[in-house]
Amino acid sequence: MTSFRKNLPKKVLILGSGGLRIGQAGEFDYSGSQAIKALKEEGVRTVLVNPNIATVQTDKTMADTLYLEPLNPGSVTRIIHKERPDGILLGFGGQTALNLGLALAESGVLKKYHVSVLGTPIDAMKRTEDRELFKQYLKKIDVATPRSIAVTTIQEALFAAQKIGYPIMMRSGYSLGGLGSGKILDPQALKHRAGEALAGAPQILIEEYLGGWKEIEYEIVRDCDDNAITVCNMENMDPMGIHTGESIVVAPSQTLTNAEYHMLREVALRTARALGIVGECNIQYALNPKNGDYRVIEINARLSRSSALASKATGYPLAFVAAKLALGYRLYELKNAITKKTSAFFEPALDYLVVKIPRWDLTKFKSADRRIGSEMKSVGEVMGIGRSFPEALQKAVRMLNIGADGVTEYPHQIPNYEEEVREATDRRLFALAEFFMRGGDVEHAHRLSHIDRWFLYHIKNIAVAKHAMKKHALTPDMFRNAKCMGFSDKTIGRIKHLTEDTIRKRRITLGIQPVVKHIDTLAGEFPAETNYLYTTYHGETNDSAPAKKRPIIVLGSGPYCIGSSVEFDWCAVNTARTLRSLQETTIIINSNPETVSTDYDESDRLYFEELTLERIQDIADAEQAKGIIVSVGGQIANTLALPLSKHGYTILGTTGQNIDRAENRKVFSTLLTTLNIDQPSWEEATTLPRAKAFSTRVGYPVLVRPSYVLSGAAMNVVYSEEELTAYINTATTLSPDHPVVISKFITKAKELDIDGVANNGSVVIQAISEHVEHAGVHSGDATIVLPPQRLYLETIRRAKAITARIVRALHVTGPFNIQFLAKDHDLKVIECNLRASRSFPFVSKVTGHNFIDIATRLLLEKSMPDTPAYETLELSHVGVKMPQFSYQRLKGSDPIAGVEMASTGEVACIGKNYGEAFFLAWLATEQHIAKKRIFVSIGDEKEKFVPLIRVLEENGWDISATEGTHDVLSAHGIGSRCLFKASDEIEPNITTAIENRTIDLIVNIPRHDTRRHETDGYLIRRRAIDHHIPLITNAQFAEVFLKCLATLREKNISVVSWQEFMQFQS
Amino acid sequence: MMFPAELTLKDGMTFHGSSPTTPKDVFGEVVFNTGMTGYVESLTDPSYEGQILVFTYPLIGNYGVPDSRHWESKKIHARGVIVSEACQNWSHIEGRESLFSWLKRECIPLLTGVDTRALTRHLRESGVMLSAIRKSRKHHRQRTGSHPRREKIENRNFLDPNRENLVANVSIRKKKMYGKGKKIIIAVDCGMKENMIRCLQEFPVTIHRVPHDYDYTSERFDGVLLSNGPGDPARCTDTIAILRQVMKNQKPIFGICLGSQLMALAAGAKTYKLPYGHRGHNQPCQDEKTKRCYLTSQNHGYAVDEQSLPNGWYVNFRNLNDGSVEGIAHKSFPFFSVQFHPEATPGPTDTNGLFQKFYDLL
Repeated sequence: MTSFRKNLPKKVLILGSGGLRIGQAGEFDYSGSQAIKALKEEGVRTVLVNPNIATVQTDKTMADTLYLEPLNPGSVTRIIHKERPDGILLGFGGQTALNLGLALAESGVLKKYHVSVLGTPIDAMKRTEDRELFKQYLKKIDVATPRSIAVTTIQEALFAAQKIGYPIMMRSGYSLGGLGSGKILDPQALKHRAGEALAGAPQILIEEYLGGWKEIEYEIVRDCDDNAITVCNMENMDPMGIHTGESIVVAPSQTLTNAEYHMLREVALRTARALGIVGECNIQYALNPKNGDYRVIEINARLSRSSALASKATGYPLAFVAAKLALGYRLYELKNAITKKTSAFFEPALDYLVVKIPRWDLTKFKSADRRIGSEMKSVGEVMGIGRSFPEALQKAVRMLNIGADGVTEYPHQIPNYEEEVREATDRRLFALAEFFMRGGDVEHAHRLSHIDRWFLYHIKNIAVAKHAMKKHALTPDMFRNAKCMGFSDKTIGRIKHLTEDTIRKRRITLGIQPVVKHIDTLAGEFPAETNYLYTTYHGETNDSAPAKKRPIIVLGSGPYCIGSSVEFDWCAVNTARTLRSLQETTIIINSNPETVSTDYDESDRLYFEELTLERIQDIADAEQAKGIIVSVGGQIANTLALPLSKHGYTILGTTGQNIDRAENRKVFSTLLTTLNIDQPSWEEATTLPRAKAFSTRVGYPVLVRPSYVLSGAAMNVVYSEEELTAYINTATTLSPDHPVVISKFITKAKELDIDGVANNGSVVIQAISEHVEHAGVHSGDATIVLPPQRLYLETIRRAKAITARIVRALHVTGPFNIQFLAKDHDLKVIECNLRASRSFPFVSKVTGHNFIDIATRLLLEKSMPDTPAYETLELSHVGVKMPQFSYQRLKGSDPIAGVEMASTGEVACIGKNYGEAFFLAWLATEQHIAKKRIFVSIGDEKEKFVPLIRVLEENGWDISATEGTHDVLSAHGIGSRCLFKASDEIEPNITTAIENRTIDLIVNIPRHDTRRHETDGYLIRRRAIDHHIPLITNAQFAEVFLKCLATLREKNISVVSWQEFMQFQS
Repeated sequence: MMFPAELTLKDGMTFHGSSPTTPKDVFGEVVFNTGMTGYVESLTDPSYEGQILVFTYPLIGNYGVPDSRHWESKKIHARGVIVSEACQNWSHIEGRESLFSWLKRECIPLLTGVDTRALTRHLRESGVMLSAIRKSRKHHRQRTGSHPRREKIENRNFLDPNRENLVANVSIRKKKMYGKGKKIIIAVDCGMKENMIRCLQEFPVTIHRVPHDYDYTSERFDGVLLSNGPGDPARCTDTIAILRQVMKNQKPIFGICLGSQLMALAAGAKTYKLPYGHRGHNQPCQDEKTKRCYLTSQNHGYAVDEQSLPNGWYVNFRNLNDGSVEGIAHKSFPFFSVQFHPEATPGPTDTNGLFQKFYDLL
């Protein structure tokens, strides 16, 4: 694009969003990546700060200079000092970047270094962030906001609530994802909740309660010359009271009349103009269904999760356009990226609709509440596209990958379904289906849920259609109707007692096939130059002919959830990029709107579709695909390997059979035995006595993995027979169909990971990483170091030898990951995945060798240019990857890492040495120590910590401790204040100290064998999280961390870009 | 109960669907509209007189049909309606009946279950054309496996509604007065949408709404509004002749849609038929002078030929997508017009300020 602007900045700093967490996920990889592309196109140099190593935006092909550094004022100031950018973008890294930008402006750093804020100015951002300012501002332009009062103390809160009248809504300023918000019924509850919220934010809002109003959102784009449009509007199925991130959302709005639609649109534009937005913002409304009255709830003066959704829903690249507008472009100077002919000043006309459903993982957290409300708890989302609501909705349900094959096919019982319709939980949609299947009527459901009848009718129709299929023979008409309503072949098969394959064959014989349609932003009015596609049964002709050259399909990751996050999107994007660089026609299939892989410029053809056997077959058949890559999309894609290959589709790389041999526990165990490779002993037990017998034989503790989970977390470590009995009785039901897998749990063992790529059974590249925490912490929650710092050479040699044997035996071609336990010199294999693992971006970016690029070339059987010996061990720097947790979002959950993964994201930093990398990574998880006041409470091996705490004391730290720890410290001559446990109820008490924030860091190492929740330890941990005090709970982690605290000062660690590290290396 | 029915185009292409009634053959020019809301406003827009309307948005009827106060005229003007899905379970506080029952009551045939996207693409490529909605001739007309295909047209004449005087069909019969304001506006009704009257009534004016061929040249007035309307503007010879007269006394004239084309013709310019028109709520237009962009609501099949504009006239608005003329104005006299709909309903209200501009000229 030729440059219209003369005064373009030369170098622009872009702030990322850091580790993925609830309320701030992969959508900011999409927005940051688009911003970088937009700037690079103009020849502007880009500097990115983002410690999220798993993102696409932190690839070497993206920003010119990358800093994997903490997103805090200190570190960014040092980067500004070093880089001297003349512009900064604050709107592309979520609330993290926005808050950070406000802080940098406030402290005068931006002014001092002459960095201008591009796009929406700081003042406008402040107006949207400060509730009181916001309200006053909107009042001036005659825009209605909820009646509300901003308060800074609990007393003021109580007074304000009395004035407005209960129930009230409490909201927290400057927060992401509605943290600290909620409906409050009485003063008692308000006192409690306001106290918590005020601990994390300086100001809260007491507001009129708008429960039952419709919730509507508009995405607005405006340029510096006041040209403004609303790109998309969206309607929440769940009315006000449920956070928009927790709601099922449709786009465009469905139940708004033309008058309502345009009234809200006009207010949106008026507001964006008055605030002075330049770029993108969104506005959230409550709309009274009884009289059309409205309130503006919130404005985000930045790219958001909703804008990512709107981008994918419409095909309008919001972040890309916003970045151009920030550079000073006018909308009419930009082209519609899809038609490449028409103007970017327009509002997309959709001829389909999309349904977004959030993805929750609440069962992963012990004691977390299933009810949803005004705080965000979901960890990801999916977007179903169709030409009818039932079609899009049922697609979205399958995309969730939670075992529900449709709205009516929830795999678990919902005993109190009516209650869950009334008080929303993460499975309200399924409770509604149950309600209708049992004959409930729409009016009743509406009274219970306040969900608009339009949505309820459709859900009821799905239930009715299922019932009809059960009762009557499946006529071709009924068959087609079922497909139009989004029923899968599998569901129809289940209803008709036939296999999925039989249904598919019959369907194809009848000529009932989905058609492929374009998303073109203009409802067919102009031809699309891009291939952004979806399938539907509401149509008779395909929009596009298959690609000329037989394509390769890359399966994406599906929704983000615990255990599958942005790292797999990075893998899919990198695979596609390599394929395209090798002139392969590349198709991506993915269902997750928070991704870069679903940007239509990342593949030749993008199918925003379900990752199900049925749909992949449809696409592969229609496109005559020559191969499918299943090994870069995480577990969903991996699981499809065997079924796809059984149906005759070509899987590139390791065969489906061999992938399955690694996945199938029994087969893999036998293989290890044959190969003479050690593994922890295990058994599959179908009865309690057998479980007990095995455990006694191998000795406690044992790791228990039920195949069917009733409640709570799935995996657990038990230390005695009593615990085993209790756990099995409460967590699962044992039967031949639902066995439990028990394995010996090895304590004090080290864990290591080998990530690698192989070709025809021999390893081409591999990287060995070491876990900081001992085995027992899920590898996704572990702190990982590369290259290993404390492994014996002998261990490394043996691990490599074992890897070579496994890779040979399974004839691996492509990516793989093997996990080991190491104790003394013994190595045991605990897991093997013949796919890219979550640490692939980490090992790629720390070693400087792109593992996915190498793997993709091998999958294509392209010979590597005289395969070099890749150096992955002798590095001149150290990388440390740390988990990002979201415990603050999950009220009641025990913030302690265990065998079940709980982290929602990760960060990684590179340092000149282990300590620096470790400390930076910790800071990068948005931790901050205000003053030198530490509280220690250590369960086992207290003596181990004595020397470390002594150094802290010498460095002027104020130390307090629980009784036992205090005694040990005193015995070693270290002065500490003794604080009583919560249950002692006497002062000085730890609870008071936390609430008054007279502690800045808490080290609480629980005894290894107590995992009961309501212990004093739990209360300390939970309160630490609720009051935003940094918390450390793992002994090995604490050792390294305390050493860092004693020896390192953040401000003395020099900022080094990724490019500089790699230069030193080569 | 639904009956198999089809849409047959003049070029032989047939699209299948079903209809809640057994339709009698109905003819019209088939056109598509890309708006996502506003089906009630569109269907009652007199500019659709003689046309079969395809909604590209697949779900139509979601919020039912409100009472006639919200309509753009007294009845449905489209001759037939084609959708992917017509919503039976509508939901809205202002709704009075379903789209289904409304169409049935007004005897307007509805064809549902149509691949409206395929139809739209066909019209985009081949241009709008005459068509007929009729009963399916083959009775295995299940949607199963059927594809739109070109079929031999039986020797059947497609009635061309454009041969009728469409404007005369929809224009008001007798002069009607609104308001008691100081300034008098002649509103020439060529098929005027009600919302134009509503917009004018925001100002202290008296409106004389007159039939399309009403001669107001000898009456006292302060300005003229030329309304929208159906069909080929060149057929409105009476209206143009009167307008030519009126222009001589240099009072403010504001033309909207068909009104814009009439102003151009009266000025001596030409109009031409667009291949598939502009019908939707997202047409981007730019003010040629200020460079300011507006999103506009449009419904027109004809446009002003820029080359034919006589001296003294200039293009004041232009379409950002295809560069077509979106409005003209006179350099010295207070005459201006827009091809789009500043009164909106349906569609965006960005250009509502033009009524103020008109009032200020009075």
